Amino acid sequence: MITAERKPLDEIASCIEPYNRILLVGCNECVTVCAAGGRKEVAMLSSALQMVSMKQGKTLSVVEMTLERQCDPEYVESLALHIDGVDAVVSMACGCGVQEIARRFGQVRVFPAVNTKFMGASERAGVWAERCQGCGDCLLGLTGGICPIARCSKRLMNGPCGGSGDGKCEISGEVDCAWHLIWERMKALGIEDRYEEVISAKDWRPARGGGPRKIIREDLQ
Amino acid sequence: MKTNSVLEKIFASGQFAVTSECGPPRGAMPGIVKEKAEHLRGYVDAVNVTDNQTAMVRMSSFAASIILREMGLHPVLQMVTRDRNRIALQSDLIGAYAHDINTVLCLSGDHPHFGDHAMAANVYDMDSVQLVEAVRNMREDGRLQGGAEVENLPRMFIGAAANPFADPFELRVARLAKKIMAGVDFIQTQCIYNLDKFERWMAGIRDRGLHKKVYIMAGVTPMKSEGMAKYMKNKVPGMDVPDEIIKRMAGVPKDKQAREGIDISIESIQRLKEIEGVNGIHLMAIEWEQKVPEIIERAGLYPRPDIV
Repeated sequence: MITAERKPLDEIASCIEPYNRILLVGCNECVTVCAAGGRKEVAMLSSALQMVSMKQGKTLSVVEMTLERQCDPEYVESLALHIDGVDAVVSMACGCGVQEIARRFGQVRVFPAVNTKFMGASERAGVWAERCQGCGDCLLGLTGGICPIARCSKRLMNGPCGGSGDGKCEISGEVDCAWHLIWERMKALGIEDRYEEVISAKDWRPARGGGPRKIIREDLQ
Repeated sequence: MKTNSVLEKIFASGQFAVTSECGPPRGAMPGIVKEKAEHLRGYVDAVNVTDNQTAMVRMSSFAASIILREMGLHPVLQMVTRDRNRIALQSDLIGAYAHDINTVLCLSGDHPHFGDHAMAANVYDMDSVQLVEAVRNMREDGRLQGGAEVENLPRMFIGAAANPFADPFELRVARLAKKIMAGVDFIQTQCIYNLDKFERWMAGIRDRGLHKKVYIMAGVTPMKSEGMAKYMKNKVPGMDVPDEIIKRMAGVPKDKQAREGIDISIESIQRLKEIEGVNGIHLMAIEWEQKVPEIIERAGLYPRPDIV
């Protein structure tokens, strides 16, 4: 999923300071799962922003909505009923959702309430970790199902570097060495001889190197 | 011979090679580069010029290498893949070769996290193994990474690093095999303090006959003090400093510790020289270049071969 973290309250409050009526929009997908911008977080942020306003001697009216998917034009369309009644929109979705609202409602300012972080997975309750950088040319089949691009600090395709110690990365004892994990996995699979095959320099065009990306499926148009 | 590198000539003639290191300054001070390098003249065969080591901005390795070359010394151009993509790396290799620099050391480089530019973007378009492959392709196929055949591409003698002390240990021989597969000609190792572990690694290298396919230079760094020994043990990633080294440094008065550190490095060199498959010493006297002549002489590595 796409993970996100809510921005500090002060930052969000300062964005909407000039406005009296806002539409606060959550998303029922990834940001709900990572507890950053779902229905519950919308309600909490709404109360917090109204408290800030009250302290400033103002009244803030907040329309709360949580869409099924904020990155989907079909669901974003449902905001049309409310948009004329507000001065600004605050989105608690990932950057895709924020941009979809901005694209559909060009006349209203949209502010992000979360920082979109990475594509990751839940490691345990309350911990999410990066797993994929969307390079567009998946090599997980070569590396035992562990991605060195997303999980090695130097995104080495022929690691580990000389800084790996006790299974941890040289930058922090909190970060696993991806290549240590890959090696252990290769051994478990009995394919450690594959380690010595040189992975040649990557073509970054399918990644961000080729400019903004798009998928076009003729069969679905 | 694959190249005009003095280092290659020394290895090919079966002689024991010696390299050392010159870390460029943080400002535009060519005098400092010259002063550091001058200490090494006549005592080493080639001089590594570090590339923004510990991810701190310094005079470029390329520019400092030219200064050394103009002094009649033989620089080993260190190149890390942290800061430049393959366009810039290949361009700098061509530029360096145009300045008669013919030996390169391919590294991934310290992560920006360690330096004073932790906010910088991490490039890592390639890794060190892929850079070795790129330099080899230039030399052997006359081709750039994009596929174009180009005239007068650099004919570099290609080095890389190996750290027998990083984990997992069991993978470290295979990792050298991978660098050989990519086209590396010589290896300089991480500083060796745990000689027993280094010997175990070398035994693994010999078991696979890899010492016949690559020249191996053993890395040695003299300790200046007990404090430096502890710092290396606890703070430098991938460094293995056994407790007996710390104890030995701590066992002499502060004003004698530098002397003790030099003695330890000389004893290490004497033991490393005898290991089958070790073809040279890479002496990294960090900000201590003036001690290189003494260490090289006392280790019995002086005079150096006269290779033109």
